[in-house]
Amino acid sequence: MNDSLDVKRTAKLYINGAFPRSESGRTFVVNDQNNKFLANVSKASRKDARDAVVAARSAFNKWSDASAYNRGQVIYRIAEILQGRSPQFIAELESAGVKKAAPHVLEAIDKIVWYAGFSDKISMVVGSANPVAGKFFNFSIPEPTGVVAVCVSNEPSLVNLVSQISAAIVSGNTVVVVVPENSSLIAVSLAEVLATSDVPAGVVNILTGDSAELAPWLASHLDVNAMDLSGISDKNLKTELEASAATNLKRILRTFPDGLSAIKTYVEIKTVWHPQGF
Amino acid sequence: MTFEYAPAPESRSIVSINPKNKLFIGGEFIDAKSGEYFQTTNPATEEVLAEISLASAKDVDAAVVAARKAFKSWSKLSGSQRAKYIYRIARIIQERSRELAVLETLDNGKPIRESRDVDVPLVAAHFFHYAGWADKLEYAGVGPNPRPLGVVGQVIPWNFPLLMLAWKIAPALAAGNTVVLKPAETTSLSALLFAEICQQAQLPAGVVNIVTGAGETGKALVNHPDINKVAFTGSTEVGRQIAKAVAGTNKKLTLELGGKAANIVFEDAPLDQTVEGIVDGIFFNQGHVCCAGSRLLVQESIHDDLMSLLYPRLELLRVGDPMDKNTDVGAINSAEQLKKIHELANSGDEQGAVRWTSSCPLPGTGFWFAPTVFTNVSQSHRIATEEIFGPVLSVLTFRTPDEAIDKANNTPYGLSAGIWSDKGSRILEVAAKLRAGVIWANTFNKFDPTSPFGGYKESGYGREGGRQGLEAYLEAGVAHE
Amino acid sequence: MKSIGSTLTSQLADATTSESSLKNFLFGLSPVDQVGANARAAMLSTRSIKTTAKAAGIDLAISMIDLTTLEGMDTASKVRTLCAKGRHPDISDRTIPTVAAICVYGDMAKIAKEALAGSNVKVAAVATAFPSGRASLKVKILDTQEAVQNGADEIDMVIDRGAFLSGQYGKVFDEIQQIKIACGDAHLKVILETGELKTYDNVKRASWLSMLAGADFIKTSTGKVQPAATLPVTLVMLQTIRDFEKITNHKIGMKPAGGIRTTKDALKYLVLVKETLSDEWLTPDLFRLGASSLLNDLLMQRKKLQSGHYHSLDYVSMD
Repeated sequence: MNDSLDVKRTAKLYINGAFPRSESGRTFVVNDQNNKFLANVSKASRKDARDAVVAARSAFNKWSDASAYNRGQVIYRIAEILQGRSPQFIAELESAGVKKAAPHVLEAIDKIVWYAGFSDKISMVVGSANPVAGKFFNFSIPEPTGVVAVCVSNEPSLVNLVSQISAAIVSGNTVVVVVPENSSLIAVSLAEVLATSDVPAGVVNILTGDSAELAPWLASHLDVNAMDLSGISDKNLKTELEASAATNLKRILRTFPDGLSAIKTYVEIKTVWHPQGF
Repeated sequence: MTFEYAPAPESRSIVSINPKNKLFIGGEFIDAKSGEYFQTTNPATEEVLAEISLASAKDVDAAVVAARKAFKSWSKLSGSQRAKYIYRIARIIQERSRELAVLETLDNGKPIRESRDVDVPLVAAHFFHYAGWADKLEYAGVGPNPRPLGVVGQVIPWNFPLLMLAWKIAPALAAGNTVVLKPAETTSLSALLFAEICQQAQLPAGVVNIVTGAGETGKALVNHPDINKVAFTGSTEVGRQIAKAVAGTNKKLTLELGGKAANIVFEDAPLDQTVEGIVDGIFFNQGHVCCAGSRLLVQESIHDDLMSLLYPRLELLRVGDPMDKNTDVGAINSAEQLKKIHELANSGDEQGAVRWTSSCPLPGTGFWFAPTVFTNVSQSHRIATEEIFGPVLSVLTFRTPDEAIDKANNTPYGLSAGIWSDKGSRILEVAAKLRAGVIWANTFNKFDPTSPFGGYKESGYGREGGRQGLEAYLEAGVAHE
Repeated sequence: MKSIGSTLTSQLADATTSESSLKNFLFGLSPVDQVGANARAAMLSTRSIKTTAKAAGIDLAISMIDLTTLEGMDTASKVRTLCAKGRHPDISDRTIPTVAAICVYGDMAKIAKEALAGSNVKVAAVATAFPSGRASLKVKILDTQEAVQNGADEIDMVIDRGAFLSGQYGKVFDEIQQIKIACGDAHLKVILETGELKTYDNVKRASWLSMLAGADFIKTSTGKVQPAATLPVTLVMLQTIRDFEKITNHKIGMKPAGGIRTTKDALKYLVLVKETLSDEWLTPDLFRLGASSLLNDLLMQRKKLQSGHYHSLDYVSMD
């Protein structure tokens, strides 16, 4: 009989590889399906969002410069750690009301593995050698867009969460993820998985909080290059965010597509010409 | 006995310009409902060439309706049949290439040498390339059973009127879309001649519609509720407005916008070819090129050597009558654009840069700006950050490769860049570090239908050219169970 | 190697002090991108030369021709015929300029000299075991001396391409210097045989080497190797001449030779000179066209300009 009291986890933000509380000192309460208290989760502010973008930007060069093989291994490692902690995720998903949580977690693990394996294939599939007229060697290769702000749905889905993150980071982007209430606990747990995988600090940053409060700051942020709005359900908010994101012409994902399409949203095709001669 | 080039004007008799031009909607030339016209002029002479219909929102609507109607059958037509229509267009362009080149030069002001040797051949090549894609869409890269998007609204600029039309229309048609295209206000004529070519090719009515007009016409097109995609080439400012306008809709969007390309010269560069690359980079098409190499970044150790080769070379540029086959730099496209160039060049003087101007004589009428170089330019100068879109080069220096890369990337734009060096590994490393969509190493301003073109950051998104350019007009199909 | 510092600036004199300094100098030259050089030459060849420009260009080109016969079957009679043609390209029209020179093998120099007596047409003789250059320096010097003694005003020598391609730049340099001495007052044209040097970097280095060693002219080809003169090769050599002048103030001449057969070709070369070196080089003193059949095409085009109708070779003397 175990009568020892549980040591509860403090649900904090995940910025630059560390777990800070919100600079605002705010939290929100997350209860389970039976309205039983689960946690006080840090409620990120615009300043936390700002810090997260700084962290993502500073991590970008190294992460995008890493070999595709290396990025693939790092992302695969996320799946490994997640597998080991799947009971925790199953429990959290169940307490958030997700049915069939166990196969859901397995699906999430499979998604990560799928993306991990794409890291060194994107260039082959998306790039090309172009037979231009004239004595030139000409090739096109995908490069990561930069810092991606990802808006997660308030309907908890580990599959969506890991897919949205993986689609961005697999090609070398870094992300700032905005996670609303209902999805917050799995995101906090995922942050712990990320922190114990080999994901470099700043590559993934997770902000739990109110999307309507945080996302506009990211949408108008000039150092954010792309935005996944698929998790925003409020149509007006979504339109406002897209319009605001136009300020610096962010690449926009309105709905999250299957397969390679999401990855393609966050890559830029670079075409290089060079003469061929003696 | 002096060997001076005598005037060698291309004959203008090959083109006949309608004094009053209609819209091209549903396969017919029809009067604009607006009943309004505007004038198009030859920027080299300020002569009025023709009157052009000003399409109103109602006219745009009629064009979209025609395109929607045509979409039903065009999208169901087999790819191989669509291909043959597009091949026909390519061939007719080749057949009428002289006429197209002359018309383009008259309306735009670019030298006949460029419209004849660059623009029009590339236009034909684009149609030829994309014709071949029409029955191979499953290899486009969007997955099995790719589908066209529907009706595409396309708005193009005045700097390469016909070439931008080709970049827009060829892939759209190959993918099975129908289009409504609005040419730029100052350069409608070649698009209207293209409409005639569509008729000669017996392209089904409504597959291509041309609505002429200015900003309001473009707005009506972009905001039309029944278009599925907007493709725009033009300024970043307008691109931003369009991106805002399509927010909250299901319209897809690709944008080719401004640039402020760095053309980086390392000390081991092949200097004579570099000089040519600099000239091609900024004086091609009067510098009216979004990917122009407008910021020359020169390694300090060869700055003086390079400049001593560059100035005499620029003195050789023949500025004047665009119809003369020996003209290198033609007319500025409009009085408005000329004013902008003057304004920015003046800011260079005011901010302390040193101006050098070619001593070439300029014609008395028309819009002209002599080839100009600013040295002693700093990153903070307006002429180093803002797109001038004219024959004005800003020269900056750097000491190390890292500094060159940092300076090159220090801009909200990211369309193109140039690298001049004899060292392969350096070229590849610098190319990898530059945040720009097109990198020309030891060459500049080269274009090809197979080569994707488009920008990073505020230079836009989406690509034109090649397989990647085709993807912009397709979406993944529903998999067959 | 012997330095020829007297005529060169110290920077260039240093380059010629030793085999290794020469090599360092040649390898320190700015490289040539082949595709870019070809593109520039192709662009310049689109220049449209019409009416007055064409008329001026044709007469200029005629005056720049080194009218050439370099055949094993050359005879005294053939050389005399050619000289007559060079003096009066078209007997019916005295306004036509003479050609610049008659170019023959050294043993024919004497015949040419006699045939050209009293005219301004120079005698150019090929020497140094033309066209291969495969002989000892002793033989090459003798070859040159004999040609000069026979009356050659100009010597067209070939460089030792084998030595050049194997990196013996000093050997090539020394030979040119020795031949220059053997020339005495005769002008020295150094043939690079660019068709065997293959790369534009080599062409540029060989041009520099020849100018440093004392060439008065640099020349593309013997005409016996394909490709002979091409526009881009000529462009690269003209740019080298421009660079040399910038440092030394010394104007070197240029002679493309071989394969230049039509008026159109010739005018393209003039355009190249005009837009690379300026009008100063548009004189027979600094630019020559090594050719044979070109002259008659120029004459026909000249007649066409004057008469307004197209002409026939039947109305122009064949040689």
